[in-house]
Amino acid sequence: MLTVEHLSSRYGRIEALHDVTLHVAAGEIIALVGSNGAGKTTLLKALSGVQPIVAGRVRFDGREIQRIAAHRRVRLGLVQVPEGRQVFGPLSVEENLLVGAWTRGRAIADDLARIFVTFPMLADFRHRAAGTLSGGQQQMLAIGRALMARPRLLLLDEPSMGLAPLLIDQIFAIIADIRSQGVTVLVVEQNVQAALAIADRGYVLETGRITLEGSGRSLICDDRVRQAYLGVHVDA
Amino acid sequence: MRRILANPYAPAFALAVVVVMVPLLVPSPFYLRLATLVFINALVVVGLNLLMGYAGQISLGHAAFFAMGAYASAIGPAHLGLPTLASMLAGIVLTGVVAYGVGKPILRFKGYHLAVATLGLGVIVSIVITNEIAWTGGPDGMQVARLWIGSWRVSGVANWYWVAGITLIVAMLGAANLLSSPTGRALRAIHDSEVAAGVLGIDVARYKLLVFVISAIYAATAGAFLALFDGHVTPVTGGILRSIEFVAMAVLGGLGSILGSVLGAAVLVVLPQALTSFHEFEHAILGAILMVLMIALRRGVIPSLQSWLLRGAA
Repeated sequence: MLTVEHLSSRYGRIEALHDVTLHVAAGEIIALVGSNGAGKTTLLKALSGVQPIVAGRVRFDGREIQRIAAHRRVRLGLVQVPEGRQVFGPLSVEENLLVGAWTRGRAIADDLARIFVTFPMLADFRHRAAGTLSGGQQQMLAIGRALMARPRLLLLDEPSMGLAPLLIDQIFAIIADIRSQGVTVLVVEQNVQAALAIADRGYVLETGRITLEGSGRSLICDDRVRQAYLGVHVDA
Repeated sequence: MRRILANPYAPAFALAVVVVMVPLLVPSPFYLRLATLVFINALVVVGLNLLMGYAGQISLGHAAFFAMGAYASAIGPAHLGLPTLASMLAGIVLTGVVAYGVGKPILRFKGYHLAVATLGLGVIVSIVITNEIAWTGGPDGMQVARLWIGSWRVSGVANWYWVAGITLIVAMLGAANLLSSPTGRALRAIHDSEVAAGVLGIDVARYKLLVFVISAIYAATAGAFLALFDGHVTPVTGGILRSIEFVAMAVLGGLGSILGSVLGAAVLVVLPQALTSFHEFEHAILGAILMVLMIALRRGVIPSLQSWLLRGAA
């Protein structure tokens, strides 16, 4: 569904992504893990079209999209939940969801109802300003808002950031549920354990390069991953 | 109370009441003239406030659009032999095209590039008006032919009061309609987070440009009205200070508030008149009042009062 070939990107003179190659097949959950500053967010931004690409190709459904404007990629089915949630604070919960359906025209009542079933809390607070919600509620809203665009590939940037452990479990359960409804998911995470646990496959990104890839299970068991990200000491 | 405050069309209806009441209450045409000037300024500020309060952009060149509307209405009849009405409409359209040309390349970028670019536009327009003496009369300004709409000769306070008042009401209804539409929701989203709006499929640059062009058209219309109402135009119409005054009106009344736009215009048009008895201290006192107002009602008069009333009602 998505293939990224030899992608490079930079902030000014600093190279943020170097020769990144990966692919996402329809129906998969892919985890992209790595530490702070590894380039995970940059990669998602490049895929969404809000971060310029220096070299390389991005194909979505076989079609090259690296020159397509960000707002047009949404119409192709590529939707991002941005880092830090970025809900529209002054707008109500419902208005946030309606903005999410921007590309969809008018027949969205069913979608709205479905989001309220998935996230009952959003229905309770539908008329409240999104800025007054807690972090976990805002994350749910950000995900619900992105789902309103009916994505085929959902890009999630650090959905667990700043959330309590119980909420993190909830969020990842929701991500698994979204996939079961037929949406392909690419999730970027610093919470390596939780992300790899639900992922079919994963990639490890270090200082802008892919250093490891494999199935979610094999990466969790990989000594290098355990030592670097899971705090497990491995004897050589 | 809450429902009245939340209704987007309420400000326009409130103004309609005021427009009807003022002629019944004021003792002399002087006050009608003052009210007409308030309406004309408010027309600019309603548009500017869409740009500042919703698209999150600042224009320091709205006096240039104002002047373009004004001078087009003057130059068309005087130099090109066009009817005044056609000149006015052509000027408004032309101003919209200029705003599109200026905004198109600039509004692709985030940040306040538009403020600097419009400041530049303001300087250019001001210089052209002052120096193209053959066309504009230079620093002395020029006469403006009367406006005829069919067989109706629109002149004098009695006519212009109604034209400006009703146009302002229509402009406020237009703004309210825009804001309560999905486009308005998108604009508020853009104002809050351009990145989030963009990755949800909103063409951020396009909507910022749309609002910029609408606000320029409002300004040009108001400029044309002032020129036709006064019967003459001078370069002061398009000066940089006027642009800053418009921004001050929008901020004073409250960013994102349509009613605030009208109130901000009213305060800055009426107060200097009320303070003339202080002679040379007039501007100092005006400045002091504005500072006190902005410190006491930080978010602008109307939004501050609204949240105060809502808290009282809750």
